[in-house]
Amino acid sequence: MTNMTGTSWRFGDNVDTDVIIPARYLNLSTPEELAQHCMEGVAPEFASAVRPGDFIVAGDNFGCGSSREHAPLAIKGAGIACVVAKSFARIFYRNAINTGLPILECPEAVQETEQGDKLTLDLGAGKITNVRTGRTYRTSPLPLFIMEIVAAGGLVPYTRRGLKARREAQV
Amino acid sequence: MGHTLSEKLIAAHLAGDGGDVSPGEGAEVWPGDLVEVTVDLVLSNDITAPIAIREFAKLGVDRVFSPDQVVMVADHFVPNKDIKSAEQCLAMREFARAQRLPHYFDVGRMGIEHVLLPEQGLVMPGDIIVGADSHTCTYGALGAFATGMGSTDIAVAMATGRTWMRVPETIRLVYHGQLRPWVGGKDLILYTIGQLGVSGALYKAIEFAGPVVDVLPMAGRFTMSNMAVEAGAKAGLFAVDETARSYVDARTSRPYSVYEPDADASYAREVEIDVSLIEPQVAFPHLPENARPVSEASDVRIDQVVIGSCTNGRLEDLRVAAQVLRGRQVHPDVRCIIIPGSQQVYLDALEEELVETFIRAGAAVSTPTCGPCLGGHMGVLAAGERAVSTTNRNFRGRMGHSESEVYLTGPAVAAASAVTGRIAGPQEVLS
Repeated sequence: MTNMTGTSWRFGDNVDTDVIIPARYLNLSTPEELAQHCMEGVAPEFASAVRPGDFIVAGDNFGCGSSREHAPLAIKGAGIACVVAKSFARIFYRNAINTGLPILECPEAVQETEQGDKLTLDLGAGKITNVRTGRTYRTSPLPLFIMEIVAAGGLVPYTRRGLKARREAQV
Repeated sequence: MGHTLSEKLIAAHLAGDGGDVSPGEGAEVWPGDLVEVTVDLVLSNDITAPIAIREFAKLGVDRVFSPDQVVMVADHFVPNKDIKSAEQCLAMREFARAQRLPHYFDVGRMGIEHVLLPEQGLVMPGDIIVGADSHTCTYGALGAFATGMGSTDIAVAMATGRTWMRVPETIRLVYHGQLRPWVGGKDLILYTIGQLGVSGALYKAIEFAGPVVDVLPMAGRFTMSNMAVEAGAKAGLFAVDETARSYVDARTSRPYSVYEPDADASYAREVEIDVSLIEPQVAFPHLPENARPVSEASDVRIDQVVIGSCTNGRLEDLRVAAQVLRGRQVHPDVRCIIIPGSQQVYLDALEEELVETFIRAGAAVSTPTCGPCLGGHMGVLAAGERAVSTTNRNFRGRMGHSESEVYLTGPAVAAASAVTGRIAGPQEVLS
């Protein structure tokens, strides 16, 4: 997997899905439409200023609250390369894996990253470098089973493959 | 070593070959295991079903795994708040018809999903239930392992009848002492979230126990399980007792399994909570963990009160509100909106003359909907406005403008605040 470099958007703890994508936009469902309102509840300038390949860098419990998959879809639609957080709320974590939005838990990297810092990410190796400080951080790899979902391109292709194999085995 | 309720429930549902533990006689699971399990019920609603249906279509299957076990409820933006919401409901309705889902609930027969499903006898002790709604954890009150997921997870569960999960560690909360007047399930859970913090139970399950919850009616238990997710928890379970059995047995004759946590189960944390010290609670903006005793909320003027939701939209909640509002008037500066949680709750409230009490007091009574809880419709706030609400989240902008504020309470404080026009406890109004 290739290295990605982008600019950090720094957020605090407990960024909830209501600020990631306010509920009044839940009558939309495509990543492109949702991206127009991404982070509107906490950073109204985000949606127009974010550039493809940028990073969201946040504190604990990122994505808490509602189960709305619109939240990772909005972030993905906005072109965010990866969300790096101290920890993730569990439904958001699943939704990100399932929809193919890269996420990493790395408290040290978050601690030492400021708004606007350039980061380089090697997702396969779980390695983040802060270009400003020169520091490199390693994250623990995802469990094998979850890596398989990611490698398949998300839960739907993963399941589709499994269902097909099951059908063929029955024939 | 023994097992927690969650571990036992998950072990009983092991399936397939996708996990760390294979199914079989005597199979055990431990926290941290990633396992594949069968699910007994799969839920989605008008805002999460459309994405689930879209993803379902990509899976290469034509039918849901079992129409009886797939539930869809139109509750968030209904009665349709705008054209896009109407189109989302239409997509769900067409899917439900095409799949011949017997448990599809539309306007006129629906309720707020987490009030409706237990009431309809669809939630059974011992079940694993997954729903594309974070408050699916409500069903833990009936001894089910129930958890919220996103639409893609739900699409896969609708197709396969299975899901994957990480077996959670469990936090055991033991409530003892004497409940003070007007303190209910909502006050207990707000206080608890104040103690644990909004990420205090992240990735974990909660077991509610102790002599206080043993005598708590089902409505209060649903409220507590409902808000387990506000502490980050995956599920919030009660062991099944006579109260739970009579609730279920009055609604269905289907058989069910009852599990008990082992005395030597291993918990991540055990917390003793003396309820004698707990006053009616108010969670200040903008996190449910900002819980304080109502006596500390002095002179917080309010513009709106909402009584209802999957947290507090049950008949018992409306009775409490009516006790406070009976013979009184909603403050002239306050809009008080009361939303029964289901058609049945609405009908019962009519028959008990609670609806009349509310209307005479100057409150608006609405057909069931999630509406204002998530700033959808039926009570959206303007910049600078404040609401007291019996709902479950007070995140920034949750009920409308990002400069509005939501204070979470139980129905007694909400009704009292509607009368005084500022946050107040019921005793102030009744004395």
